[in-house]
Order: sequence, then C-alpha cells, then structure tokens
Amino acid sequence: MAKILAVDDSASMRQMVSFTLKGAGHDVIEASDGAEALKFAQGQGVDLVLSDVNMPNMNGLELCKNLRALPSYKFTPILMLTTESSGDKKMEGKSAGATGWIVKPFNPDQLLTTIKKVLG
Amino acid sequence: MSIDLSQFHQVFYEESYEGLDAMEQGLLDMELVDPDPEVINTIFRAAHSMKGGAGTFGFTQVADFTHVLETLLDQIRSGQRAMSQDIQNLLLKSVDCIRQLLQDLQSGTQADTEETTTLKSQFEAILNDETATASDDGQPPEATTPASGDSDGQGWHIRFIPELTILQTGNEPARMFRQLADLCDNNMQVTLEYQRLPEFTSLDPEMCYVSWEITIPCAIEKNDIDEVFEWVIDDAEIIITPLSGHDIADHSSSADPSNEPQEVQSEQPKPTPVEPKPVEKAAAKQPAKTQESSSIRVSIDKVDSLINMVGELVITQSMLGQLGQNFDISRVQRLQEGLAQLEHNTRELQESVMKIRMMPISFVFSRFPRLVRDVSISLDKKIELVMSGESTELDKTVMEKIGDPMVHLIRNSIDHGIEMPADRKAAGKSETGTVKLDAYHQSGNIVIEIKDDGAGLDTDRILAKAMEKGLVPEGASLSQEQIFDLIFQPGFSTADVVSDLSGRGVGMDVVRRNIAALNGSIEVSSERGKGSRFVIRLPLTLAILDGQLVKVGQEIYIFPLVSIVESIQLDDRSINQVGGHSDVLQLRDEYVPIVKLDEIFHIDTENRSIEDSIIVVVETDGEKIGVVVDELLGQQQVVIKSLEENYRRVDGISGATILGDGTVALIVDVSSLSKMSGPSLKISDSSHQAA
Repeated sequence: MAKILAVDDSASMRQMVSFTLKGAGHDVIEASDGAEALKFAQGQGVDLVLSDVNMPNMNGLELCKNLRALPSYKFTPILMLTTESSGDKKMEGKSAGATGWIVKPFNPDQLLTTIKKVLG
Repeated sequence: MSIDLSQFHQVFYEESYEGLDAMEQGLLDMELVDPDPEVINTIFRAAHSMKGGAGTFGFTQVADFTHVLETLLDQIRSGQRAMSQDIQNLLLKSVDCIRQLLQDLQSGTQADTEETTTLKSQFEAILNDETATASDDGQPPEATTPASGDSDGQGWHIRFIPELTILQTGNEPARMFRQLADLCDNNMQVTLEYQRLPEFTSLDPEMCYVSWEITIPCAIEKNDIDEVFEWVIDDAEIIITPLSGHDIADHSSSADPSNEPQEVQSEQPKPTPVEPKPVEKAAAKQPAKTQESSSIRVSIDKVDSLINMVGELVITQSMLGQLGQNFDISRVQRLQEGLAQLEHNTRELQESVMKIRMMPISFVFSRFPRLVRDVSISLDKKIELVMSGESTELDKTVMEKIGDPMVHLIRNSIDHGIEMPADRKAAGKSETGTVKLDAYHQSGNIVIEIKDDGAGLDTDRILAKAMEKGLVPEGASLSQEQIFDLIFQPGFSTADVVSDLSGRGVGMDVVRRNIAALNGSIEVSSERGKGSRFVIRLPLTLAILDGQLVKVGQEIYIFPLVSIVESIQLDDRSINQVGGHSDVLQLRDEYVPIVKLDEIFHIDTENRSIEDSIIVVVETDGEKIGVVVDELLGQQQVVIKSLEENYRRVDGISGATILGDGTVALIVDVSSLSKMSGPSLKISDSSHQAA
C-alpha cells in the first residue's frame, strides 16, 4: 500500500484516479491544483505523485519543480497525466523533474500497471 | 481489476457543462486584438480537460471533437495563430455543439453527428489552411533507438548507462530491473560497471555513477523493453541489441537451458485501448429527458454556519431537557428563556438552510452576453450589455424559472426597443444601444430590472393595436400605465412583421404568467425616444412565505403578505351593486370588485352579512380586489407545501401549509382569485379608474 497524491483540476478524472487507486489498496490524497498539492506536500511526504499538467493557479510543471525543491520529494516518483503525446511536452515535464508520464486517455488498468513501475 | 467508469459520468457531465460555460464566458469577454493570455488559457484548459475526460470515459465523439478544438486553441495560446472574429464564432458554435453532444449522451439519445462533422471540418480547414502546424497532433512516440531488427526469439543485450542525475527525477534503476525481471521471469543477467565511481571523498550520494549491462536470453518483445526505459531515454544511453547465436553461447551458462525461449511470454499486461462505448440507441428520437438529479454546490462557509447553528440547537435542547427533569414553578423564568433561545435558534437555522438554496443571480445573467451578441449580430444592431448586481442571491428554483422570461424580455428590448444604428444616430443618440440588467434586494424581494435606451413603447400604436384586436373598446381613453399594461394581455403583439426573434407566439402574457406563477410581478415604464424599463419583483424563495392568516367560517386561509394592500372594516355605504349581482367596494376614489371566499370555496359561515366582515384588499397584476373574510388572525412565516404533489391542483389555491397546532391551512392564490371573480369586472374597473 502506498500513499499517493493525486492532483487534477477535473473532478471526474480525480475521482476516477482516486477510486482506482483506493480500490487497489492505496491511500490517496486529492488536490485540485498545483497550489493545493504543494501546500499538502510541504507538510508531509508521499510515495508517489500523480499530477495533471494543465491546471489553474499552479500547473503540473510548476508543481513538479516546486516539489523537487522540497527535501522529502527529491526522489519521489512524480508522474504527469498528460494528453500530449508529443516529445516536446514530455521533455518539458522531464526537465521540470517529472519521473514519467501517463498519456490520457487511460483506463484504470493502465493506471495501475503504470504506477506499479514506480512503487516499491 | 475492472471498474465501472459510468459512476464518474455524472461528475464528468457536470464539470464539462461548467467548462463549457467558462469557455463561452471567456470567448465573449475576449478582446479579438491582443487577447488576455489568462482568458485563452482558461478556454484552453476547459477544452483540454473535456478532451481528457471524454477520452477516459469512452466518449470518443466528444474527445475527437475537442481534440481539434484544443489543437486550434493551443496555436492561439502559443501565439502561432491570431484570434479572429471567424474563429471566435466557430468556437462559440462548437461550445453549443459539445453541449448538445453531452446532452445527447446524458439522455441516451442518438447524437446528431452532422453538425459535429461540419464544424470539425471547418476547424480542420482552418488548421490545414495556414502553415502553422499543430504541435501535438498525434505524433507517434519516437523510437528509442534506431530500429535494430528483431531478436529472432534469441533474446536481448542491453547497455544501460544512465546520466549522473537520473535519480533526481525519481527514476530508480532498481525498479526498471525489477520490471525487466518480471518480463523474462527472472531469467536475466545483470552486470554492474562501476568504473565511473569517483574517490569516496568526492562521491555525491545523490548521483548515479554506475552503469549496467543486462542480458535477457528470452524472446520478449523489444517494445516491452522500450516501455521499461520509456521515461529515461533522454537521461541515459540505452543500447538494445538482439542477441545473436554467438551471444547465446557466451551467456549460455547463465541461461537456463530447459527454458524454451519461445514459450516465455511477456507477463506485462498490455494496455488495452479504451473501448469506445456505443451510444445507446434510443428506439425513436425522443425529446431528451433530463434524468439528472439536480444538485447544488454549497460553499463550505454556509455548511459550517449550519453545523454551528445545529450545535447551538443541541445545547438549547439539552438545557431544556435538564430543566424538564426537575421542573418546578420557580424555574418558569428559565423555561421561558430557554424557549426564547429555542425560537431564536430555529429561526437562525431556518435562515441558514434557506441560504443553501440561494445562488448568485449570475448563474442566469451569465447566459445573456452570448444572447445579446448573437441577437445583435443577426439584427445588425450595435448593443452593449451592462450588468450589475450579479452577486445578488436568489433561490435556485426561482432562478431556474426566471431565465426564460428574462430571455424573452431581453430579446424584446433588442428587437423592438433598440433602434437601428442609423435611426439612433438620426435621433441624436449613440449608435450603440445599451441594455442594462440589474438585480438587487428590496424588502424581502429580489428586483430584476431590464432597461434599454431604445425607442420606448409607442403608446399610440399599442392602443390602436389593442382596439383592433378588441382588447379595449373603441374610443376608450386609458392612462399611460394602463396602455403599457396592455402589452401583457394575451393575444397582443405589436411586431408588424413576425421576426425570427420575437413574435413566435410566446408573448408578454406568458412572461407575466410565468412570473406570477413565481408569486412575482412585472411592471413596465417607458418614455418615448428614451427607452423602456421592465421591473420584475420576485420573492426570494418559493419555500417560505410571509403570510397573513385569516379566518373564514371555521377555516383558516393564508394570504401572501406581499399581495395585501390594506385590510378594512366595512361599513354599509362603501358597498355598491354593479350589474345587479356583483358587489364593488368604493375605496376612496377607486372601485374594487369584491370576492367572497366563502362563496368561492363553499364554506358555511354563520355570518352572512357583508357589513360585519373585514375586507382584505389585495393587488395582483396591477388590479385590486377586495376579499371578504370573517376575521384577521396573526401574521407568520409559513412553509409552503405543494398541493399538486400531495393532492391535485385546486383553482384559487396555490399551496398549503401546516400551522403550529398541526392543522392544515390553504394558501390563497390571489391572481387566480381575481380571475374567478369574473373578467367582466376588469373593464368596468378600469373605466372607473380612468374616470
């Protein structure tokens, strides 16, 4: 069981991700944008961060940079949920410090398979 | 694990509708020249979220459509393409189109694909037209390494030389090896190369100095290996080469000879594409039924204050409980205090609960900029919409019902009120007409004003029309107010030519009726050449009413307090007979028709003489009627219960309530009461007034 921070401004995506992860026995903390996620992260560490890229207030890339600056998030896997399958956007994510990405649309099984890559 | 994604559909619909509203708002607010990047971002984000959600939940049609939308928006966002009127129009149309698609999906009707296809091809035409290319148009993920052929089922040799900083993106080589091991059933050999390791003193523990050589003598797909290293291809040198027979010989000692390479299958489940869910075909194209259970969003503040209030109620309750256990007369003072406290708590609680249903009127107002824009374009008029008081709160039910009447009024203002630019100029006015919307609270009501600076109502034409239609007797002289009032009469329409916008059979009479159904009223004032002003007054809520309790016989009836003008004790002289059977009351210089509740509702009363009764003068639709009752009781707030839901509709009654002693009292529907009193009285009343 891992503690996972799920960040997405879309409530339906957030619920889907959260429901899937909880169903697999994980502990999920939800945040609706980067700023909210960062505020949580400043208080405690998690095992994995899943974050959307396009969000109001603080987008996923900024969140990623900010998280990497926190000592407890230096090596935490951070996966970006992105609809952009192009290399550019992925590189942007990487240079912000993201571990990897999950390309939307994805289904619950794909999500679980992917996060298995970085947990444990 | 299989998860039923349909449980998230409702949330998806709701947030998509919100997203569409935000897009629409953003598009309307946007300056075409040098648009605010934040506005573009908001629009882009909404499209983007919808695309992501639609794809995930299997709404491929929506996903495909939003994809082209998003591509275009991304170009605008990144400055590759300038915003134009055409693009704005197209985007607005697509907002409508997506909304329709979602509604069709939601109600299970077959979506009409024609418009989607048309719009989509228009987008594609724009996208292909210019050389600005889409940046993320579904390029296939680039190959990790030059294609190195197939392994012939022999296996693979991998050199993995990560950059020093690889750990800082959270990529842990050990996890990748574990994945590889899973792929080949632990049948692999990993050799560590540590030549890059520096002196211990200069070693940075956060760096990765080592590299690896991995041999997998199994027939696994190269794609699977690529996928393992997918996230680090730019942070590492990865060379994957198929094992030749020679390599196999070299490493045969480590490979389990009994393991037939061909039989080893990849254990990694392949991601399955999201299957597009076929839209359930409705047997016939039925009108979309709204199956959604409507919900409201309530701010946390309101909920908190509610919980707070309940807390206080519980304290009061326990205090009273304690008091009751050992009660003696000496403590009656405290009991009274407690009860007063309880009353206070209950009232506050009631107010807080009502507040939950209250929403800012901006929910209704927000659709008008689009309306005004579309209507003014189609009529070639220049119109500025000015809105104020958007944060004024109103009951959700009232809000839902006031939208259509307002649309009608605004359309009317634009269509009939505001003149063509040339006419305006000739009249010495600015070419751009103004329509002002305002909302504010006034003594327990919400007041909505719709004001335009157009031509104003043409009293001569209205009167002529009304006479032509037989609504007013030929040659009658009416006051200006009465003439204005004519536009609310059924069967009245001044538009000489029935335009696309107004005059579709839905007249102002319907507007007035709808507003009256909400216990509200509408008034109009106008000045030739200066403009007109419509004022709608509505109760803040439909659930609670300030009522005047009256007694007729043994029954208690309730009048909405807002409709009562005055209550008077009768004396003989003020009653006149008109036409032999109708009574009218002479009220100062007016004559008011009299309605007897006991006759209408067939109540037995001992007191048959009208002279001893009390008359409650109520006003509805600008007309007064006197209602005869036996006794005036108190005034109190009553909670309205629907009679239609619990019984059936009854003429003259708008609802029921339960009084403090548990008895049921009926609430009088004042506007239908005036109709029951007989339409013949109207004209005579008017002529008396005019005289």
